[in-house]
Amino acid sequence: MDINERNIKVWSAIGPRATLGMAVLDLAKDMENLMVLTCDVSTSAGLDRFRKTYPEKYVDLGIAEQNLIGVAAGLASENYNVITTTFAPFQTMRCCEQIKVNLGYMRQKVCMVGIASGLVLGNLGYTHCCIEDVGVLRSIPGLTIVSPADSLETIKAINAAIKLNSPSYIRLTGGSNNPIVYNQDYDFEIGKSILLKEGKDITIFCTGASVYQSLEAAKTLEQNNISCRVINMHTIKPIDKEAIDKATETKLIVSVEEHNVIGGLGSAISEYKSTISKAPKQLFIGINDFYSKGGNYKFLQNKHGLSSEKIVVEVINNYKKL
Amino acid sequence: MSDEKDILKKINNFAFNSRKNILEMALAAGASSSHFGGALSIVEIVSTLFSTQIRFNKDSPNSDDRNRFILSKGHACLAYYAALCEVGFIDKEELKTFEKNDSNLLGHPVLNKSIGIDFSTGSLGMGLSIGIGIAIANKKKNRNSNIYVVMGDGECNEGSVWEAAMAAPNFSLNNLYAIIDNNNFQQTGSNKEIMNSESLKEKWSSFGWETSEIDGHNVKDLFNYFENGKNINKPKALIAKTIKGKGFTFSENNNNWHHSVLTKSLYEQALSEIIIK
Repeated sequence: MDINERNIKVWSAIGPRATLGMAVLDLAKDMENLMVLTCDVSTSAGLDRFRKTYPEKYVDLGIAEQNLIGVAAGLASENYNVITTTFAPFQTMRCCEQIKVNLGYMRQKVCMVGIASGLVLGNLGYTHCCIEDVGVLRSIPGLTIVSPADSLETIKAINAAIKLNSPSYIRLTGGSNNPIVYNQDYDFEIGKSILLKEGKDITIFCTGASVYQSLEAAKTLEQNNISCRVINMHTIKPIDKEAIDKATETKLIVSVEEHNVIGGLGSAISEYKSTISKAPKQLFIGINDFYSKGGNYKFLQNKHGLSSEKIVVEVINNYKKL
Repeated sequence: MSDEKDILKKINNFAFNSRKNILEMALAAGASSSHFGGALSIVEIVSTLFSTQIRFNKDSPNSDDRNRFILSKGHACLAYYAALCEVGFIDKEELKTFEKNDSNLLGHPVLNKSIGIDFSTGSLGMGLSIGIGIAIANKKKNRNSNIYVVMGDGECNEGSVWEAAMAAPNFSLNNLYAIIDNNNFQQTGSNKEIMNSESLKEKWSSFGWETSEIDGHNVKDLFNYFENGKNINKPKALIAKTIKGKGFTFSENNNNWHHSVLTKSLYEQALSEIIIK
């Protein structure tokens, strides 16, 4: 796929879900043994064109996610490169034990893509939001978890995950008119975080749609004389320990994620950080372990302290207390 | 006719040896006990498959053209390990490591291509979905091989079974067999007591499967069923009427033997009861 300014704008406008559809359409050109499996969500996952262009590489299992994972594992065992996709809650929790046994225990190589994770579907209620997927899946051994920062990184993540020799989960957050974090091509490697902005006072580790909000927050924090290092933790498992080691030289570590504060990026960072003596304090920004009333995306990001403005306030309050 | 006679003799021998191997493993398990009853109910099914349909070759266990076997009711692994021993994947000494520390032969099968186990099973209701994935792959690759999934009647309580049951006819998977070991018992009681699964035949049939019901211990019927299945252009469900604990007076239709300890004296009694047909 041509990574240029124009395409990056298009992918941003259509959002990560439709970008997923374009990414697999491109993958299918050269990947003979690609199979894309869905559960009656071809339109939602941007796969209508793929379904028409490559019917032989597309299987719709109907609304049956447990069967989805088993069928994917069967195909993977016959050396197909399999991508499964549906809405994040159904892609992860409805079939969680199938994921454990087929992908974890048996290590069948399947790349799962959870669409519309986080809070983007907040107006539909928390049946369709997904604030638990990372926490649930992180406890399954051998599963790689990636949470792309924007539409371009969604493409990068899919291309990297399909080349892994092990199962993976790609968590898509954000909606259409997805803010652009990367306006040009860059190197992406699973497991290796990306320094987006250097700073000496605090380190902000962020992932998914929270990367853009954190970058914006960092700009305001600089104006308040707080120098922020911002790191895109696109891979939540395996966590980039080196980046955490390095962050201990700053005075505060902040984790920002559109996920429950229990079990997600913040937890992954603190699990490792707690093994380091004299590590700095950590501020967890995320959903504080409750189901709120619903609402639109912006409303919910704001409500849960995930907008850049709210991140700024929370960081300043905590930084002052150090 | 003499051909058929030879084949049936071969299957019966396989079943005879399998029961002996099952006794060895159950004895070796000792106090940790084993899933005895549900393994004995599938001995003839597994023996017929492994001696006439699967055509497993221990020299090339990963051959693409082989027929696939999935023991979805993974707790019945004694029958599976016994069969893998009979076709040369596992030696008799290794059978005695059943459920021991670091063994390849745990109480539920663990994926291990070197001993012929393609999938880890044991969590019920998952095997048929894997079978569908392989069946789709085989169709795409124009292979003639079949997939045989052995399931329990209790296992049919799982909702995921019916997700898979709905999908296979949808994809016209005439290379797929679901073999339901209908021994009428599940872990803590009869099917009727726990979750009434009566009319399994009607249920599978209504989902679009070519459904048959035969005596799951009659190797002639089993052999003919699988041979005739080759001409049927639909996914095939077999409701195999079986007896849990089949083969020994103390265990037949006695659900205490779902998971129990085979003592040395019962082992000897069982050996004396075992017959070759």
